[in-house]
Amino acid sequence: MAQFLIDLQQYQFLQNALFTGILASVACGIIGTYIVIRRISYIADGIAHTVLGGMGAALYLHKVYHWQGVVPLHGALVAAVIAAVVIGLVSLWAKQREDTVISALWAVGMAAGIVFISRTPGYNEDLMGYLFGNILMVSSSDLWMLAGLDIVIVAVGLLFYNQFLAVCFDQEFARVRGVRVEVFYLLLLCLAALTVVVLATVVGIVMVIALLTLPVAVAALFSTTMWRMMIISSILCAIFTTSGLMLSYGPDYPAGAATIIIAGAIYLAATTLKWALSRGRS
Amino acid sequence: MSEKDESAIVIKGLWFSYDGYCVLEDVNLSIPQGDFVSVVGPNGGGKTTLLRLVLGLLRPSRGEIRVFGVTPEEARPRTGYMPQHAQLDPQFPATVMDVALMGRLGQGRPFGPYSKRDKEAVVTALEQVGLRDLHKKSFASISGGQRQRLFIARALAGEPDLLLLDEPTANLDVVMEGDLYELLQTLNQRMTVVMVSHDLGFVSKLVKSVVCVKCQVSSHPTSEITGEIIDAMYGSPMRIVRHDHGDSKEVIKWRSSS
Repeated sequence: MAQFLIDLQQYQFLQNALFTGILASVACGIIGTYIVIRRISYIADGIAHTVLGGMGAALYLHKVYHWQGVVPLHGALVAAVIAAVVIGLVSLWAKQREDTVISALWAVGMAAGIVFISRTPGYNEDLMGYLFGNILMVSSSDLWMLAGLDIVIVAVGLLFYNQFLAVCFDQEFARVRGVRVEVFYLLLLCLAALTVVVLATVVGIVMVIALLTLPVAVAALFSTTMWRMMIISSILCAIFTTSGLMLSYGPDYPAGAATIIIAGAIYLAATTLKWALSRGRS
Repeated sequence: MSEKDESAIVIKGLWFSYDGYCVLEDVNLSIPQGDFVSVVGPNGGGKTTLLRLVLGLLRPSRGEIRVFGVTPEEARPRTGYMPQHAQLDPQFPATVMDVALMGRLGQGRPFGPYSKRDKEAVVTALEQVGLRDLHKKSFASISGGQRQRLFIARALAGEPDLLLLDEPTANLDVVMEGDLYELLQTLNQRMTVVMVSHDLGFVSKLVKSVVCVKCQVSSHPTSEITGEIIDAMYGSPMRIVRHDHGDSKEVIKWRSSS
């Protein structure tokens, strides 16, 4: 841990990693709260896995066709937003079973990603990085893009706070009050897609869902209002990502996995504590 | 209240079918402003469907609905709605005030925080249902009866001219039911009230007319409701049960005698 603090002052990649974690935490707290209270974490997880297809395609175009402007982050964004819109439209209007469509997109997205990456010359370490996180590999240009995304997510998420709250609580009543429920639902899924992309750089697409839901689950034990839930889960998320980074740095553990284990342990401890307290009282 | 003689709800030649099943058949109905209507009928008879049509949540297969002379969608700013709430998440992170404020959506700006005017209207609405002191409490911590009143406050927050309630007495005990009717009677002095009842519902002194829904719809002034009408609607003999709670809260109910 001491080594981490010394190196932090020296190395740009560590500073980038730290900032990425903190930026991601703001989006995570706000959008994670919406996802948990609207109970769409399965949808968010589906979007996360579909992202691999976009990352693989962008990597392939970059290396094989030398499209210099295209980086995996771009591919991830495009894939995430497409997945969000498709899943959103299906769950709103189609008679198809929603979970079937999500599962199909999820698996096909991953399959496409794996094929693209296998056809891309060079090391296949990229695949592991996308799946399980590569926070130490975030470049300065990536960091700016993540910051931009973060601003969009937070601004839209807060500007329509009342509308989202009403749509999450009671969709039909919101509709009767003239709120365009479908628009807000799709907007929420798109924000979830952007958040997934930001978080995927921190913990990888496989573990995104844990970072989206665990801080909120802990925060929910101590909050009676949505805004408080958002603030507490943002702070928790920042603590998880930062401590994951610090504790994994010395012994050279994978940072993403360390973050998730810390989040899981805190969640377990918090629920146990809450349970013990409520038992003690009654 | 733009025109005094304008009807609150007018339905002409309305048909509604769902998945090929006819739910409502040739409905013609006119509800004048200031009326207090109880919509009754057997389960699956189409009561809630009728209410949802009036809200514009469903579209008729045929026919026309006018609310204050305009389409249901256009009339929404003047309509207050209290839905059935069995499916809502009781752990939802919101205060009583937060929930009641949802009734102000569609009145002010399309984004950003609620205005001072919004908050004043909500405080007034909470006061009317007796929840003013609980406005900071969490939604999870209040009782079923308080929730019921909160949903009425949420409907009132938009300052409606027409109040539509779907089974407002579900989950309420008899005393709370009586309180609710008193509240509705007060509100009826300012607005038209239409409520769906779960069983035959009450036909008491305060309801001015009864709409019976069982695929077809018929409307009666309260005084005309007889055992024959009830029997015909439910398709089995019904028994009149008289509930007397002191002299002020008299509620008469019909229940199946089988």
